[in-house]
Amino acid sequence: MTPDETKVDQDLGEERVRRVELAISNLLRIGVGTSLLIVLVGTVVTFVHHPHYLSSRRDLVRLTTPGAEFPHSVPSVIRGVEHSQGRALVMTGLLLLIATPVLRVAVSVLAFVYQRDRTFVVITSVVLTLLLASFVLGKAGG
Amino acid sequence: MTPLTFTLTVFAISVGAGVLGSLLGLGGGIIVVPALTLLLHVDIRFAIGASIVSVIATSSGAAAAYVREGMTNLRVAMFLELGTTAGALSGAYLAGVVPVRTLYLVFGVVMGYSALAMFRKRHTELAAVVPADGLADRLRLHSSYTDDALGRDVEYRVAGSKVGLALMYVAGVVSGLLGIGSGALKVPAMDLAMRLPIKVSTATSNFMIGVTAAASAGVYFARGHVDPFVAGPVAMGVLVGALGGSRLLGRLHSSVIRKVFVIVLLWVSLEMLLKGLR
Repeated sequence: MTPDETKVDQDLGEERVRRVELAISNLLRIGVGTSLLIVLVGTVVTFVHHPHYLSSRRDLVRLTTPGAEFPHSVPSVIRGVEHSQGRALVMTGLLLLIATPVLRVAVSVLAFVYQRDRTFVVITSVVLTLLLASFVLGKAGG
Repeated sequence: MTPLTFTLTVFAISVGAGVLGSLLGLGGGIIVVPALTLLLHVDIRFAIGASIVSVIATSSGAAAAYVREGMTNLRVAMFLELGTTAGALSGAYLAGVVPVRTLYLVFGVVMGYSALAMFRKRHTELAAVVPADGLADRLRLHSSYTDDALGRDVEYRVAGSKVGLALMYVAGVVSGLLGIGSGALKVPAMDLAMRLPIKVSTATSNFMIGVTAAASAGVYFARGHVDPFVAGPVAMGVLVGALGGSRLLGRLHSSVIRKVFVIVLLWVSLEMLLKGLR
């Protein structure tokens, strides 16, 4: 390989690194933007459905102490959204927010495949596996 | 206080937490948890559930900008995430085995010491000479970033990658066990052991804390500790704050960020010591 070809190879590599950075940044932007929007809509819907929340002091205690009713499993969130419950919409946005970093790691694995960086494909795959394992084990334990 | 004023208050406080968290590489839990419990009398479990959401929001919100600007060192982040995720997983198993009070005391001291060590470097804008590190060479961890405050590109080399990885494992265990201190341990580890520029340290820590928090967020969600009425305004506020704060980091001087970080670290250390002694 001539020095010129090495240079071209390097430029191509840098171009790919830059593209990966933009892809990851865009993924985070989209994830964050969408969840922000859904949480906002859910909050507005909650107040529209319960106009007394604008004035009643007693409601606040009920909403922020243990025993407060809100969906906290995926099926119940989906059911709530079907009934256009504000709280279920907020939860949908929050779940999307929680999923964003996991998606980011998954995309990183692909990104290093694209960069043909075998060491980092292995590293990010191990991270993704450990992350998914903690989800599964966490569910079993909690 | 009515539910409406509560929502607005939580939103406003969270904007502040998002700005500070995005600049310092922390999750904002140090602001969100005391504000919710002491000021607004929210149940501690809901406050912790909301603070986990706040960590993820700060991380993803700020990282979107930092990655684009090249402030985050992606390779260092992914490499160190090996340590944090493995640590978080072990932490879940060690719960109940390790005495939590002792942990609070040990890490209160560790963080106090890190604060001191970082304070001693307060006049340095950038590290001078960095020792050679074969692993960092092989993994091509060295990089550069654009420092708007200095008005130039800064090339930097990474050292102590093995020690850094080990420290990240410990940080992962601690955040898995105590649910806090993940960014407060990551930034000093990158600053002191790996000799990264402070801005790169906070931006890279920012990038990583989301992954650590996401691992435990699922558990808090399933247990019903993520109350949409509390976590919703926290998420919105922190996201807005983090998006704004991430525009500031490039323009601020490293020495300013370092000083603010040291103060916050001392505060966290004191809080941990008090929890251990109580």
